[in-house]
Amino acid sequence: MPDFILALKPIPFLIEPLSHDFMRRALMISTLVGAVCGLLSCYMTLKGWALMGDAVSHAVMPGVVVAYALGLPFSIGAFVFGVGSVALIGFVKQKSRVKEDTVIGLVFTGFFALGLVLVSKIKSNIDLMHILFGSPLGISNSDVNQTIVICFIVVIILTIFRRDLMLYCFDATHARSIGINTGILHYLLLSVLSLAAVAGLQTVGIILVVAMLITPGATAYLLTDRFDRMTLYAIISSILSSLLGVYISYWSDIETGGSIVLVQTVLFLLAFLFAPRYGILKLNKLN
Amino acid sequence: MEHRTKENIETTRIQADQVCVDYNGTVALYDASLKLQSSCICGLVGMNGAGKTTLFKALMGFVRPSRGRILINGSSVSNAQKDQSVAYVPQNEGVDCSFPVSVWDVVMMGRYGSMNFLRVPRESDKKAVIDSLERVELSHLKHSPIGELSGGQRKRAFLARAIAQRASVLLLDEPFTGVDIRTEKLMAELFLQLKQDGRSILISTHDLSHVRDFCDVVVLINKTVLAYGNTSEVFTTENLSMTFGGMTPEPMSGAISFNE
Ligand SMILES: Nc1ncnc2c1ncn2[C@@H]1O[C@H](COP(=O)(O)OP(=O)(O)O)[C@@H](O)[C@H]1O
Ligand SMILES: [Mg+2]
Repeated sequence: MPDFILALKPIPFLIEPLSHDFMRRALMISTLVGAVCGLLSCYMTLKGWALMGDAVSHAVMPGVVVAYALGLPFSIGAFVFGVGSVALIGFVKQKSRVKEDTVIGLVFTGFFALGLVLVSKIKSNIDLMHILFGSPLGISNSDVNQTIVICFIVVIILTIFRRDLMLYCFDATHARSIGINTGILHYLLLSVLSLAAVAGLQTVGIILVVAMLITPGATAYLLTDRFDRMTLYAIISSILSSLLGVYISYWSDIETGGSIVLVQTVLFLLAFLFAPRYGILKLNKLN
Repeated sequence: MEHRTKENIETTRIQADQVCVDYNGTVALYDASLKLQSSCICGLVGMNGAGKTTLFKALMGFVRPSRGRILINGSSVSNAQKDQSVAYVPQNEGVDCSFPVSVWDVVMMGRYGSMNFLRVPRESDKKAVIDSLERVELSHLKHSPIGELSGGQRKRAFLARAIAQRASVLLLDEPFTGVDIRTEKLMAELFLQLKQDGRSILISTHDLSHVRDFCDVVVLINKTVLAYGNTSEVFTTENLSMTFGGMTPEPMSGAISFNE
């Protein structure tokens, strides 16, 4: 087991993979996507939009398939279907007496099923496994470029509207009462969610992308009572998970998406157990 | 500032004409008319379900009146909100109290509307926050997470946020519910100070003793405005009996007794 022995030594563990072009690219893109999803995850967890994140990330599936079939950038198709699903959820909820979480579950599984059917029907070179489980190690150059552009847009929007979105998540009534258009903020956040889901599925795939959109936020939430620090911790834990995940996946030859999300889950568990104030073991009380 | 206060002395802060509000066909408020001058505290008195909160929501544009017109400082509600001339403290804040923000952050949110679009606080914003925190006596808790405050302290924090907004019209929905005597006294003094600064305050309550203590004018409502005017003139046994649906609160003590 030469791989295993190498992995025990930290320096070659970190350096050796960098000699491969695909690994440099995978690390770069996972870090970027991790940072962006980590930032957004704060808003998702605080707003209570975990289910919405799950819905949007599944609903982009048919969009990706259609875009590939038509030769369009996959992100455009994904964005259209992501926003479309959200609009549909809002519409059905308003026009019927069915409860919101039911509508969300219903719409996203419908979209996802449509995506599966399309994949099996449309003959193309789409690898279903890549969409479902991500493949940062095998990402193409055009996908890298698209993902960079998406991440850039998301970061700009979240930076400019950072305070307004925080206020919107905390107290939408107050936001309205000082003349802020909360309707626009609502759709802005949903659009950003769709974009981030598209970026996230590059690294961990559709099925696990919701983890990228909530777990770092949840971890950070256990560590602090300040919003600014929460965003910082979420970004750090998310980047750390992406890097570690990709390395572990390289060395032990396991599924990359699964490995990234598992590291995130482990970080959450650590916070859950050992967070100074909100961990169940409350270490500071023992000292 | 001096000049503005004088100029505003005779202006009408709130004008509501024949406002009707219904929720999916159920009428909650009809023909409610109201006029509030500057430097004036107005009590909004009515039973539970009389439509006090509904009136506030109509004044804030959160529910659309099916009829009638509302002007704040002579302009439409949405313009008044954009100009930061109206501040609203709802009956239940309805916020997630485990949200990771401190008392300081919450009060600073009152300043957002006057900041640039990146919401970077200026010196004047910080001053306003410090001043508001002092007024509600929460300065010592300014770094505490909002979730660690008691119910009464939280109410004061949200009141401080409204004060920090420096609006000329304050709409306070049942500010006295669930606070202790000391906070009640603090709030009452605060309202008188704000009035002295030329602001107008609309306070809903079902406790008549508050109204007598510091309200200049009173509006009695039960789905519509039953009586409106100076506190001493409006507070008659007959009016109060009408407001509270047959139960007569004693105008002087505020205690409620059955009208036989
Ligand atoms: N969102 C709503 N949907 C339907 N009916 C409502 C709603 N809000 C209030 N109402 C009804 O409107 C009436 C007035 O309520 P409200 O303004 O909250 O009274 P108050 O604040 O004086 O206790 C009540 O009968 C209440 O049931
Ligand atoms: Mg009410």
